Amino acid sequence: MSNILGLKCRECSRSFPAEALHVCDYCFGPLEVVYDYEKIKSSISRESIKKGPNTIWRYRDLLPVDDDNPVDLGAGFTPLVRADRLGSTLGIKNLWIKDDTRNPTGSFKDRVVSVALTRARQLGFKIAACASTGNLANSVAAHSARAGMESFVFIPSNLEVAKIVTTAVYGGSVIAVEGSYDDVNRLCAELASEKPSWAFVNVNVRPYYAEGSKTLAFEVAEQLNFELPDHVVVPIASGSQLTKIDKGFKEFYEVGLLSEEKQVRVSGAQALGCSPVATAFASNADYIKPVKPDTIAKSLAIGNPADGYYALEVARNSGGVIDAVSDDDILDGIRLLAKTEGIFAETAGGVTIATLVRLANNGTIKSDETVVAFVTGHGLKTVEALAPNTGASVTIPPTLEAFEESLEQLKRD
Amino acid sequence: MAVLVRIPTQLRSLTGGQGEIHIEGATVGEVLRGLEVSNPGIGERIFDESGKLRRFVNVFLAEEDVRFLDGLETSVKEGQVISVIPAVAGG
Repeated sequence: MSNILGLKCRECSRSFPAEALHVCDYCFGPLEVVYDYEKIKSSISRESIKKGPNTIWRYRDLLPVDDDNPVDLGAGFTPLVRADRLGSTLGIKNLWIKDDTRNPTGSFKDRVVSVALTRARQLGFKIAACASTGNLANSVAAHSARAGMESFVFIPSNLEVAKIVTTAVYGGSVIAVEGSYDDVNRLCAELASEKPSWAFVNVNVRPYYAEGSKTLAFEVAEQLNFELPDHVVVPIASGSQLTKIDKGFKEFYEVGLLSEEKQVRVSGAQALGCSPVATAFASNADYIKPVKPDTIAKSLAIGNPADGYYALEVARNSGGVIDAVSDDDILDGIRLLAKTEGIFAETAGGVTIATLVRLANNGTIKSDETVVAFVTGHGLKTVEALAPNTGASVTIPPTLEAFEESLEQLKRD
Repeated sequence: MAVLVRIPTQLRSLTGGQGEIHIEGATVGEVLRGLEVSNPGIGERIFDESGKLRRFVNVFLAEEDVRFLDGLETSVKEGQVISVIPAVAGG
């Protein structure tokens, strides 16, 4: 509690207490956590961070909940991998992959959920809930199990099988809703009014939840030896992660952890089948027109993105761009990353890599920039997307001759 | 045409705590403006100074976002449900 002063409306600046509130009751703008940066500055240092656990909780001074025993499965402090092979393919000399596939439930959502449920428990909630495109479902179910909380996870009924199984296994209630993620989200936004004793991580505790994504920026800065990259490429679903990464870089400077201030170029990546923010960026519009998603990148399939306006603002103000890629490009992106760096990303990661490729090819990314691409979910979650065209090279009877013969053929292919 | 309007928690201090209100009107806009008559103060929370929906207010008619229909001009039918919902959720 000690480092946070309350909540504030991002639109009209009205103040609110640090409770389970996410929306300004005057103008419906989103509420943001207000920190006491002077106080944080006096306690945080590079050394204090290095002494912390190898999880997001090493940055607890800059997180909106103070708890010695957080709801924790070990989220965060994932590898920042130098990607020379992919970099040389794209003509980028200093390319890094933030490999967030390496989280407890295989996506960056473990960061936000660990923060959200720690705060929810502190506020007295016993039931956790969420609207999810799958990754969040996994993470809420797992962290609720860890915390001994009951959970209700709402998902679109057409989700990938793997994401349903890897949620249900943790024993909470999984509610498959006939409709898109936006339908599920609307239902949960309404339910949050009717079930005030439930912590909907991305509704009524969203201000705390969203802050967890800042740790992606904190880690990148720390892993680059307390320097900031020049350019980052981040996938956009609701747009929250992208805005929080930008905020994280700025906070690190604000509390004295960086020697120089620097504006990192923040570029966003969407799938063409769900690209409301990229469309607004391309047409220089201030208005984000919602869409009905149709893409294999289901974890990014939010047609009505809550933080779309802010993501747009960050990209424009930072000198970044927001681009969109086709489903075929997404699959190629997954294969390219796997082939060059040995990292298997889910479809959202394919969106990031495919966008990285476009931005490198069209000169938006300069060859001498230090670039970080955020790969935020594991490929095993979305194998269905690749399965039709990715399988055994050859099938043979168990004989030496058959193998030698097939080897000849493989060499010819 | 009487329709049912679902009121989010954030506005219930203006509706005497009621979460559902029946209002007459021919279009979504008429119904929402009609809310102000029985619940003074609610109009400025939903609409901005120029009479447009505030950018973080979403309105659904029979579970469909009115931006996919005719916006505030969308006609309503007897017994339909309109939900007023904060836009900031999810992701």
